[in-house]
Amino acid sequence: MSERFFPDGMPPPLADSTTLPWWQAAAEHRLVVQRCSSCEQTRHPPAPVCPRCRSAESDWKEIPGRGEVYTYTRVHRPIAAGQELPFVVAVIALEDSGGLRMISNLVDVGPQELEIGMPVELVWEDMSADLAIPRFRPTAR
Amino acid sequence: MRVVSRSRAQLVGVGESQYTRWGKIGDVTEHALACQAIQRAVADAGLDMDDVDGLASFAEDRNEAVFLAAELGLPALRFANMVWMPGGGGGCAAVSNAAMAVETGQAEVVVVYRSLCQGQFFRFGTAGRDATAPVDPEPPTVQQANSLMLASMGFAMPYGLLMAAAAYALPTRRHMHLYGTTSEQLGRLAVTFREHASRNPRAVMGGRPMTLEDHQASPMIADPHRLFDCCLESDGACAVVVTTQERARDLAKPPVEILASEQGAPRGYAFGPFTNANIADDLYATGGCEEMAGRLWGKAGLGPGDVDVAQIYDHFTGCVLMQLEDYGFCKRGEGGPFIESGALAWKGGSVPTNTHGGSLSEAYIHGLNHVVEGVRSLRGESTSPVEGAEVCLVTSGACVPSSAVLLGRR
Repeated sequence: MSERFFPDGMPPPLADSTTLPWWQAAAEHRLVVQRCSSCEQTRHPPAPVCPRCRSAESDWKEIPGRGEVYTYTRVHRPIAAGQELPFVVAVIALEDSGGLRMISNLVDVGPQELEIGMPVELVWEDMSADLAIPRFRPTAR
Repeated sequence: MRVVSRSRAQLVGVGESQYTRWGKIGDVTEHALACQAIQRAVADAGLDMDDVDGLASFAEDRNEAVFLAAELGLPALRFANMVWMPGGGGGCAAVSNAAMAVETGQAEVVVVYRSLCQGQFFRFGTAGRDATAPVDPEPPTVQQANSLMLASMGFAMPYGLLMAAAAYALPTRRHMHLYGTTSEQLGRLAVTFREHASRNPRAVMGGRPMTLEDHQASPMIADPHRLFDCCLESDGACAVVVTTQERARDLAKPPVEILASEQGAPRGYAFGPFTNANIADDLYATGGCEEMAGRLWGKAGLGPGDVDVAQIYDHFTGCVLMQLEDYGFCKRGEGGPFIESGALAWKGGSVPTNTHGGSLSEAYIHGLNHVVEGVRSLRGESTSPVEGAEVCLVTSGACVPSSAVLLGRR
């Protein structure tokens, strides 16, 4: 399942060797969070050390891609040529993630239905063969 | 003034260049403006450039101290310091670092400066991108992040989160959700600061009165931020001079004491909500300054009730509101009604705030102009003077790692 919501000119992700595996999983349409191998605390964005137990060992846990809107803004200024305005940037509280949130977009959302707490589900947007961006859209609870 | 402990450092001079809308100063370089502001601040103190042996700045100021020291003919540069981090959170921290330098004998006279000509480089909020540029025919892919900040931005930029106006809309929107804060309350704040600017000849928006209706009619940028919730984008430079208590005694103007200073970020904050969605829930809809504010009050033995006048960093109206709560001027969630009560107004307010007009209406010099105004407000030189003011709180950018100073006059 992949749809197009944003133009090709959107800024690409920037990654280093710590964060790159997250984007590599995304390219395979797997939404993951980094999990400490020692105390199992999850964290996002990926980082070299667990801030709770300070272990440097970690693995990746796939999460289901459901959640709810923690906060949002409708942006009325374009980022890339051909972009539809306004677009929605939101912070999503992710289910089964150990209490994590992520910054993303809401797509397919009308101005009336947008509210904090609304349930959302993951939708992958393939920007190219090597790049998929996880965005979210409203869903039934 | 009942002060438990005081630092010995003093603010003795302030100065600035002309302030304009962004891009209006094209014929003078940013570093020439920095030199002008530094020279004016040193002259205001009654010092000579030969007395200056330290320079400090913040927010990745492009005008490195080593070059300015040479251009200004300093006899020796003993102390040159830059607060880590882009953004305006480090303005008061730069003053704090200068104070530490003079208190520990690393230097005797340190000038803190900030020069910013967005028109000569790139405009903030664009990440250097042109939204109308034709699309690169190469298929988009993950790019190398050449810094930790960029790796962090990598989890914001692909979603179009480049603008501070959008980033700080996120905690402000949540504040509205939790506490019922309204756009009209934010507008009231902007109108108050604009009124203060009306008496300030330096203010870019001094001649442009604003009503609440004007605020409500201004275009939406990133809701709830309307245009008039956002600070100006300015060209200009300003500077303040920090020296020892001994050196301050016989200078041109009465010195202003740095009663206390604090800087930093709470646990897990990183760069704040711009790139970090996982700030603790009880910190998310705040300016992130509450812990630091507690340390600041404790160090000075003062509290918010002792503040006669405040200069609060105002990149966006909601960030001011959340700082008012962080610093304890009102309870958490009550910033909206507090603003509505007229508390921030020069006339009749319990804590007249941003008497120069702030970044919303004087100029956006990354908040160092708030330190300049803090000094003027205690010298009786403000164009919106608060009679008998003895204690002034100055804060720097909130919703990022922040800093603050408490200034006092005997």
